[in-house]
Amino acid sequence: MTSPELESAPSEPLIASYLGGPARTGSRFTFWLGLVTLLGLAGVAVLGLLAVPADDVQGDSVRIIFVHVPSALGAYTALGVTALGSVMWLWRRSVWWDVTAHAGAEVGVLLCGLMLVTGMLWGRPTWGTYWEWGDVRLVTALILFLVMVGYLSVRALGGDAASVATRAAVVGLVGGINIPIVNRSVNWWANRTLHQQSSLTEGKLEDLTLFTLFLAFVVAAMAILWMMVHRFRIGWLERQLQARDLDDALAARRAEAGR
Amino acid sequence: MTAWRGLTLFAGDAVLVASKDLRIEWRARTALGQVLPFAVLVLVLFGFALDANRPALRLATPGLLWMTVLFATVVAVQRSVAVESTDGARRMLLLSGMAPAAAFAGKAAAVAVQLLIVEVLLVPGVVLLYDAEIESLPLVVATCVAATVGLATAGSLLGAVVAGVRAHQTVLPILLLPVSAPVLIAATRAFADGFGTVAVDGWSWVGLLAGFAAVNAVLGAVVYGLLLEDT
Repeated sequence: MTSPELESAPSEPLIASYLGGPARTGSRFTFWLGLVTLLGLAGVAVLGLLAVPADDVQGDSVRIIFVHVPSALGAYTALGVTALGSVMWLWRRSVWWDVTAHAGAEVGVLLCGLMLVTGMLWGRPTWGTYWEWGDVRLVTALILFLVMVGYLSVRALGGDAASVATRAAVVGLVGGINIPIVNRSVNWWANRTLHQQSSLTEGKLEDLTLFTLFLAFVVAAMAILWMMVHRFRIGWLERQLQARDLDDALAARRAEAGR
Repeated sequence: MTAWRGLTLFAGDAVLVASKDLRIEWRARTALGQVLPFAVLVLVLFGFALDANRPALRLATPGLLWMTVLFATVVAVQRSVAVESTDGARRMLLLSGMAPAAAFAGKAAAVAVQLLIVEVLLVPGVVLLYDAEIESLPLVVATCVAATVGLATAGSLLGAVVAGVRAHQTVLPILLLPVSAPVLIAATRAFADGFGTVAVDGWSWVGLLAGFAAVNAVLGAVVYGLLLEDT
């Protein structure tokens, strides 16, 4: 039997006694990581909004690069982690990788959404349109976003942890393998890309802009790590709680039978 | 010799599963009585939506036709999943001792056959209703076959993902439609060539469709057993 207070919001000491371990997602490491990340975000905001000069061509809209490019890189990294985690669950039955895959998908969807929104906001003043159908990167990113939203909806289906993990892992695998085909097909479909080439590799950026962008990369990496660690710990605790639930129910049934 | 025996065993099992599904469909008349009328209905509704504008309809014909096939795929896969969801039929499939890959091939083949029947009706349908003209029949046929195999394999795989879940009817389209984007793009372009509305090389698009079909067939064959065991 589950105790009644667990049905609503369980208190922290209660969960702790229930799991036989700490029930928090924070630790000394994540506390300091979070603090440094917040300071870094403030630094990027001050540099990006005030110190960096406006672009000769694009004006102030160039500042969106400090959010757009790191979130794009972060989104693809997080979703790569999900695809890898899916494979590792199907291949090795690794619960660690399964929980990591879930964390990657949630963080990845958030960053992918951020990349799409900032990209559209930047596209309007620069290209004169929020959306361009012929652009490979835009369309691929949107399809990727939709596939990962589907992944999360499979995660939310509920049921036995192993079966949810397998269902989700197959979706992660199908998405990971089909995204390159989507990219290829959109590329053939209409190769009239508006998306500019990487400003970074063409060396078009001024020193301060370049420095701010690299700072933004580092801060974004820390923020992603912070979110991933917390999300992982939540998933891990959920798994333990589920396992405990079953054990407790079995013990209760046995006690009833013995009475 | 053993490889040949394995292959015939695989094909035999696949045919067994496919014919079982098709027999059930034939007896229930679902595909005939619901999927086909649904597909024709969508064609008619597109006519209303585009204000019965003949040039616009003619230009949009390939896209509208493949949107209709995509919707029909969702319905056909949902039926294919529903057939296995009662009486522990999926467990039986696992216990039957046949290779899961063969069972997957059979399920996908049954969906593919139903979709091909829908397409055989839809293509003359757009010729009649939308004033389309077929310029290259081999291209149209090759596109239909390649796209259908791709949709049936990806659909059957994702159908197995949501099998046994109460919300499977709403989750399946969310999973299947984004993944099917390359099929919609490629089949539409190939048909645009086949119908002579746009000057593109349709055969290279058929190649992309075949690639999509091959990738999803292999993927399904590999993971179908895991899905049967775990869900």
